[in-house]
Amino acid sequence: MKIPLTYSLRNLRTRKLTTALTAGGMALVVFVFAAVLMLDEGLRKTLIDTGSADNVIVIRKGSGSEVLSGVERAKAAIVEGQSQVAMGPSGVGLLSKEMVVLITLVKRDTIKPANVVIRGVSAMGIPLRPQVKIVEGRLFRPGSSEIIAGRAVASRFEGAGLGETVRFSGRDWTIVGVFDAEKSGFDSEMWGDVDQLMSAFRRPVYSSVIFKLNDSEQFDAFKQAIDDDPRLMLEVKRERQFYADQSAALSMFIRVLGLFLSIIFSIGAVIGAMITMYAAVASRTAEIGTLRALGFRRTSVLVAFLLESLFLSFLGGLVGLGLASFMQLFTVSTMNLQSWSELAFSFTLNASIITKSLLFSLAMGFVGGFLPALRAARLGIVDALRAA
Amino acid sequence: MHFFKLILRNAFRHKLRMALTLLGLVVAILAFGLLSTVVDAWYAGVEGASTARVITRNANSMVFPMPLTYAQKIRQVDGVRSVAASNWFGGIYKEPKNFFPQFAVDVAYLDMFPEFVINDAEKKAFLRDRQGAVVGRKLAERYGFKLGDTIVLKGTIYPGDWEFVVRAIFDGKDAKTDLSQFMFHWEYLNETMKRTAPRRANQVGLYIIELSNPSLAATISREIDAEFKNSQAETLTETEKAFQLGFVSMIEAVVVAIRVVSFLVIFIILAVMVNTMTMTARERASEYATLKALGFGPRFIATLIFGESLLIACIGGTIGIALTFPCAYVLGKVFGTIFRTFNVSATTVAMQVACVLLVGIVSAFFPSLSAARVKIVDGLRSIG
Repeated sequence: MKIPLTYSLRNLRTRKLTTALTAGGMALVVFVFAAVLMLDEGLRKTLIDTGSADNVIVIRKGSGSEVLSGVERAKAAIVEGQSQVAMGPSGVGLLSKEMVVLITLVKRDTIKPANVVIRGVSAMGIPLRPQVKIVEGRLFRPGSSEIIAGRAVASRFEGAGLGETVRFSGRDWTIVGVFDAEKSGFDSEMWGDVDQLMSAFRRPVYSSVIFKLNDSEQFDAFKQAIDDDPRLMLEVKRERQFYADQSAALSMFIRVLGLFLSIIFSIGAVIGAMITMYAAVASRTAEIGTLRALGFRRTSVLVAFLLESLFLSFLGGLVGLGLASFMQLFTVSTMNLQSWSELAFSFTLNASIITKSLLFSLAMGFVGGFLPALRAARLGIVDALRAA
Repeated sequence: MHFFKLILRNAFRHKLRMALTLLGLVVAILAFGLLSTVVDAWYAGVEGASTARVITRNANSMVFPMPLTYAQKIRQVDGVRSVAASNWFGGIYKEPKNFFPQFAVDVAYLDMFPEFVINDAEKKAFLRDRQGAVVGRKLAERYGFKLGDTIVLKGTIYPGDWEFVVRAIFDGKDAKTDLSQFMFHWEYLNETMKRTAPRRANQVGLYIIELSNPSLAATISREIDAEFKNSQAETLTETEKAFQLGFVSMIEAVVVAIRVVSFLVIFIILAVMVNTMTMTARERASEYATLKALGFGPRFIATLIFGESLLIACIGGTIGIALTFPCAYVLGKVFGTIFRTFNVSATTVAMQVACVLLVGIVSAFFPSLSAARVKIVDGLRSIG
């Protein structure tokens, strides 16, 4: 016969302070666990959403990121001439030769410096990125000292808002527009005319070439054509893959750190649960003896105490998740280790994280509650009744 | 004496509970100590910075170089003792995960850093060999570099395979020196660039400047920047400390997060300890009542509980602090060259002690308050 669930639930209600403290400890652990997972998910979403499925990016072989890459004009022209490049409405290829560099800007509130990406784009730069839309002001005029800033840059950095000016390379550049890139990596960039920027920075080479494939299947053919030419020394990647690789180091760092912290915290929480459950068993020795004398089997007692521990940890898990969901209001801005540039991303909660967090809290409750529950089950009836 | 014996005996009454609480304390204090050490390691570069050196970089960002011709003009500024060029090489040794900092430096660079302790004979060998390299002791030990070894680095910023010969291994004057650095001749880099990519030759990444009078750092910095204003590459000159701080501030979000988390750990263990003491005090209600009936005052009861809590906290804390050192040593080896140093600072230990005392005192507070106030009759009546 099974001991009713309400027995376990009611016991939690009797010792309110103890329940609150133990569940509180669990909640903190689940909060950290969930927050780390949400941060990682936010990072991935930001970076991977930056790429489009049909776009291809070409950089110099071995450079790893656009900032370190250099693609000469002649090589860019060869890429432009390939048959796999999609044609736009006016007969011009859907291709953008771009230059990416970092400039140091000062943050608005903390006046600390950070590296911000400046991307010189060609006419096709914006059409190639369907998620990018100008929400304030207008596009820069080609041939002028005008640039547009992504949302994250405009709000965080001094001089990067609409109408403000930023100084670099001996010139003042006016921000004439702010664009929204649906929380992808482009939100942390500033865009300008590639020819103007190249001459301002005195760089005669492009950093990368980005274009849209005529047909998504043609990627391999294009890659083959580029790899086969030994003079080119270019690396070809699908845009989504490229950005996924860009986040690899930072993502791994967050996950390893998070795992390390979660393990340590969970030890603390499990110990808390163990102490509570052992005390619960000790104080209810007579009760257990009575239950057994009434005819409840050992396994039922074990399950009842285990369930108590699981309810406790589930409660802690729910509270922790609740707290973690508030983190979605915050944006994190840090340096991407691979591209050395400032990247803004936020905490993202999804069903998978909720499930993982709750399972984690249940696991902690199980580990913490098992041995005490076992002790409760093993009590001899006569000894238990006598201990009262 | 009896008093202390009473506390000791009481603490060890419940061996399992005591053991679990101690385990929790040890883990929490250890985690706090290690996380604090990680944060310290990030700031280590700032700590080791000298006030007698300033760094000049391109005003746009470090990604842009400056012409070699600047060196002469900087040397002519009053108060500048010597100037050395330094380019970040950023090459790969076998695999990208084998990261260590590599710099192409002028010969004057080594003299500017008295923190580097180099054997005279080895230094001469380095100066004579254009392809020579000076490596830090930590780096040499990690990858087994010995004098005379040929090292091949795959360039990312400067493409191609680059060969170097280890001519000198340097030690640090104190624990803060970064011994994972790899330095080679700037001339070697430049000459190769002149041959393979002439447009990129004669470009310097950073100028390290030694001052004859460190207190004039701000004035000299402004003078240097004024010299190059409105030129091809405007400069920004700042003290080495400010330069290093700039780096740390870029990943500040992560550093702040780790600090916050290290305090969260203490909160968790606080919850556990409070729970333990509350349960303990509640179970012993009748005992406290008996003591009161015998004539012991409420202050005695409160002190008993405080004493027990502090005793458990101190034992756990001592073990935790003691374990921090060997664990930091192991972690330092694991992280290898990512952190230049990984030492447990006195501040960290002081904070650990403070946390231990805080946990001990706070967890005893409410239980002792309620135990001291309990009426004898109610206490004797309670079933625990």
